[in-house]
Amino acid sequence: MLAKRIIPCLDVNQGRVVKGIQFKDLKDVADPAQLAKKYSLEGADEIVFYDITASNEKRNLSLDFVRKVAQEINIPFCVGGGINSVENMKDVLRKGADKISINSGAINTPEMIKKGAEKFGSQCIVLSIDVKEEDNQYVVYKNGGRVKTNLDAISWAKRGVELGAGELVINSMNFDGTKNGFDIKLLNIIAQAVNVPVIASGGAGGIAHFIELGKQTDVDGFLAASVFHYKEIQIHQLKEQLNKNNIVVRRTKEAL
Amino acid sequence: MNVIIDYDVGNIESVKRGFMRANIPIIISKDETTIKQAELLILPGVGAFKNAMDSLEETGLIPLIKDHVKRGKLLIGICLGMQLLFDESVEFELTKGLGFIEGQIVYLTKPKKIPHMGWNDLTINHKDPITTNFTTGEFAYFIHSLYAKTPDKYNLVYTTYGHKIPAIVRKDNVIGIQFHPEKSGELGLRIIQSIKEMVR
Repeated sequence: MLAKRIIPCLDVNQGRVVKGIQFKDLKDVADPAQLAKKYSLEGADEIVFYDITASNEKRNLSLDFVRKVAQEINIPFCVGGGINSVENMKDVLRKGADKISINSGAINTPEMIKKGAEKFGSQCIVLSIDVKEEDNQYVVYKNGGRVKTNLDAISWAKRGVELGAGELVINSMNFDGTKNGFDIKLLNIIAQAVNVPVIASGGAGGIAHFIELGKQTDVDGFLAASVFHYKEIQIHQLKEQLNKNNIVVRRTKEAL
Repeated sequence: MNVIIDYDVGNIESVKRGFMRANIPIIISKDETTIKQAELLILPGVGAFKNAMDSLEETGLIPLIKDHVKRGKLLIGICLGMQLLFDESVEFELTKGLGFIEGQIVYLTKPKKIPHMGWNDLTINHKDPITTNFTTGEFAYFIHSLYAKTPDKYNLVYTTYGHKIPAIVRKDNVIGIQFHPEKSGELGLRIIQSIKEMVR
């Protein structure tokens, strides 16, 4: 049976890992490749990097970390942040990433999803969507959650998949940073609306939240940052608990 | 010499790193002399079947690969490279493959979500030197939308995702691996290490 993926997410600024609490107050933590390796050895199934370097010039330099990560780990990893063209996609894939995550770039130029999927295959095009619930509506935000769009999240998710996205990351802005659990309602709506894997993001605070997510939704990946980052949850312990609750996870040989 | 066939597909470097990690010296090449001298040939691949077959044909290396197999030397196809080992694929349009193993590459139809993407557990169907370093129940990393329909005797290891999907196939000295051993963490490393023993 296909296992639920545990995915630590790392924000990278100018080649260094940082973590924002609700996208603000960044704090430098570590080297991307070393941290990725640590997570990989602890049992992470995949790793996501978001490059949040502000200027394009500096981002090109920052993205050198992708090459180092590819050298260090032998599990899949995805890179996003500031990808605005098929050329950007190619660059990141060439450096050794398995998937690319697009967000604002795809909102500004939806054709980019289609072109990317045609060129590199849907399996490596991940559409990441920042969603905020406002007046009973799921609204899409862009530019790292700073700019409101007029897109409805469910329609945008469907459209993205039609254009060729092979996976969706759904980040609930209302839940992100709260540590009160994942947005089960939103995730169920999206997962039922599309026929590609959905990764849940935003709100993880404890192991119980992951169990709840596994039991109450059909999502494929559980993404979190700070709980792993600040060692509040150890990945192997999380997997042990998920397994005890009959949620299928990959357990590495040492853990069996 | 161990050689990864260079034919303009995306994941070659990653496959190379997988072998280097297992301490198997390997080079990437499309040089005829190098291919002829190879003990082990690796056929990587991601993307669409027809594109890959076209690129492979452009290299002019197909007769050399066939000769390699005829001489009893090991050929291993990985992911799309595995699918190319079969007779044909229905992806987009019916396209002929290398024809080393009887079977057809067809679309996954039963599962709700396609591609089959993520970690899935392996079941050993027939024991083989390539299955020595792992056990039934371990997880490997898959990404694909089509799978091989092939006789059970070639299906050494399978996984289940709506269908029973061949994960490792073998006919004589031709082996195909549907998942990505180079991305399957420590399990993948052990599988690549078993290849080392087989070449010796």
